Amino acid sequence: MSLQGNDKRGIRELGAEEKVGWDEVTQGVVLNSFVGESENSAFLKAEERNYNDFNSYTATVASWRIIKPVYNRDICIDCQNCWVWCPDTSIISRDKQMLGIDYDHCKGCGVCVEVCPTNPKSLLMFNETIENEDALAGWPVKEKKEKK
Amino acid sequence: MAEKFELNEVEVWDGNYAASQALRQAQIDVVAAYPITPSTPIVEGYGAYVANGFVDGEFVMVESEHAAMSGCVGAAAAGGRVATATSSQGFALMVEVLYQASGMRLPIVLTVVNRALASPLNVRGDHSDMYLGRDSGWIQIDAFNSQEAYDLPLCAFKIGEDMSVRLPVMVHQDGFTTSHKAQNVNPLQDDVAYNFIGDYVPVDEMLDFTRPVTHGAQTEEDWHYEHKAKQHKALMDSRSVIDKVFAEFKELTGREYKRVETYMMEDAEVAIVILGSSVETAVLAAKQIREEEGLKVGIIAPRCIRPFPYDLIRDAIDDASNLKAICCMDKSAPGGAMGMLFNEVSAAAYTTDTRPFITNYIYGLGGRDFAIDEVKRIMKEQKAHIDAGHITTNIQQFSGLRGPKLGFYETRRS
Repeated sequence: MSLQGNDKRGIRELGAEEKVGWDEVTQGVVLNSFVGESENSAFLKAEERNYNDFNSYTATVASWRIIKPVYNRDICIDCQNCWVWCPDTSIISRDKQMLGIDYDHCKGCGVCVEVCPTNPKSLLMFNETIENEDALAGWPVKEKKEKK
Repeated sequence: MAEKFELNEVEVWDGNYAASQALRQAQIDVVAAYPITPSTPIVEGYGAYVANGFVDGEFVMVESEHAAMSGCVGAAAAGGRVATATSSQGFALMVEVLYQASGMRLPIVLTVVNRALASPLNVRGDHSDMYLGRDSGWIQIDAFNSQEAYDLPLCAFKIGEDMSVRLPVMVHQDGFTTSHKAQNVNPLQDDVAYNFIGDYVPVDEMLDFTRPVTHGAQTEEDWHYEHKAKQHKALMDSRSVIDKVFAEFKELTGREYKRVETYMMEDAEVAIVILGSSVETAVLAAKQIREEEGLKVGIIAPRCIRPFPYDLIRDAIDDASNLKAICCMDKSAPGGAMGMLFNEVSAAAYTTDTRPFITNYIYGLGGRDFAIDEVKRIMKEQKAHIDAGHITTNIQQFSGLRGPKLGFYETRRS
């Protein structure tokens, strides 16, 4: 998902950065988060920040994942539970509205599915090889409560 | 604003008190410390200065030495001047974080009061902890008495914080023989000492919100090697900065320090290489044996353990044209090898034209006394090697050890 044309999210594989010699590496393995000064970065959305090549935002680790969460907009109630619980800040939400999954950084842990309160769930885990359209087409229906 | 401390021209201080006064005068931002014998009075004294208004910085009491050095790393990465003190088992517990501090290029000052490592548990002074730190990437400077235990921390801040160095620095002194021995010390007044060190200038500090940085990143085989090489070069190149700071200190105080101290080496036939408070014992023995026996003995005392002064050791050997035998004295259990000084000095000597005999003595472990008569016996033994034309004993021997004579390896050099 690219929210803006200049978004640098996951633009290359982790480890594909340019390799430099010992004389050019940073002192003390310091990694600058942004290119140049960035006084107001806390007030900018991720896709608006000028992330440095050595910030993990610009690297994709999608290949680490074997199962993925698929998001169903038709059922979601925008409760933000998944956004709060995701350990990799891989739930993209703007103005309290859920937009989708950051598949460049999601590791497929499934926490978002566990904490989703809707019936049926608005997020479900699928094998990485299944297309999202196919997953959505076969989405389960609401489970009825058993009568006493 | 911190209160000034009134100091006399000459004070009677032990090594611990001298070090704590130096730390106070540096106006450190954060000291995170955990007490351990025999270095406890350094941070105890520092804590009193904080409580009595002589220091503006923070004093953090932590739950272990690992936490103490971790707190120091955090505070230094945040952008503050940072120091602490430890000994022995506490030093051992810090080791993991010592490597972090040097790799992160944080100019922390650690005053180490040297003490033996268990087992058996022992609180007395030997150089086991100092030796344990020698691959940690820190600059290691050794004080031989109380005056130096005061002077060298002042130099340590200035060396480590130099923009071309930015490495942590240990200042060592011997447990009890230096740390608890009161001697005359000429301190600097607070302003003079502080101005010598200068204001702390942070680099890539985490509290600079205009330029957010990550400290302590993980790197694997694709980056780690380059970073370690860059770090090693900075440590090797720190030699010139150490020399420069020592020269500036001499200009200010008249007290001269060198990365290798030499005594009576000009005409020496025999040299003793030795560290710490034992240097003064060896110098006294050399003076006596020159008078008593006419045996020309000189002393080589590395002030700097890391970066090891191969350059100045070679100079000391080359410049002594009569030198025929060197005895390297290591006050640390060698753990299946020759002592550290033997190994380093042999490596330095091997690439000179003069090839003196080199032998190794282990001595003083766990604070075992090292008396002048024993030093003189060792000096005479070196003379016997020279007269015989070969090393007449085992290459590694043990001084002051009860039981049958213990030694390892004979020379194969004819």
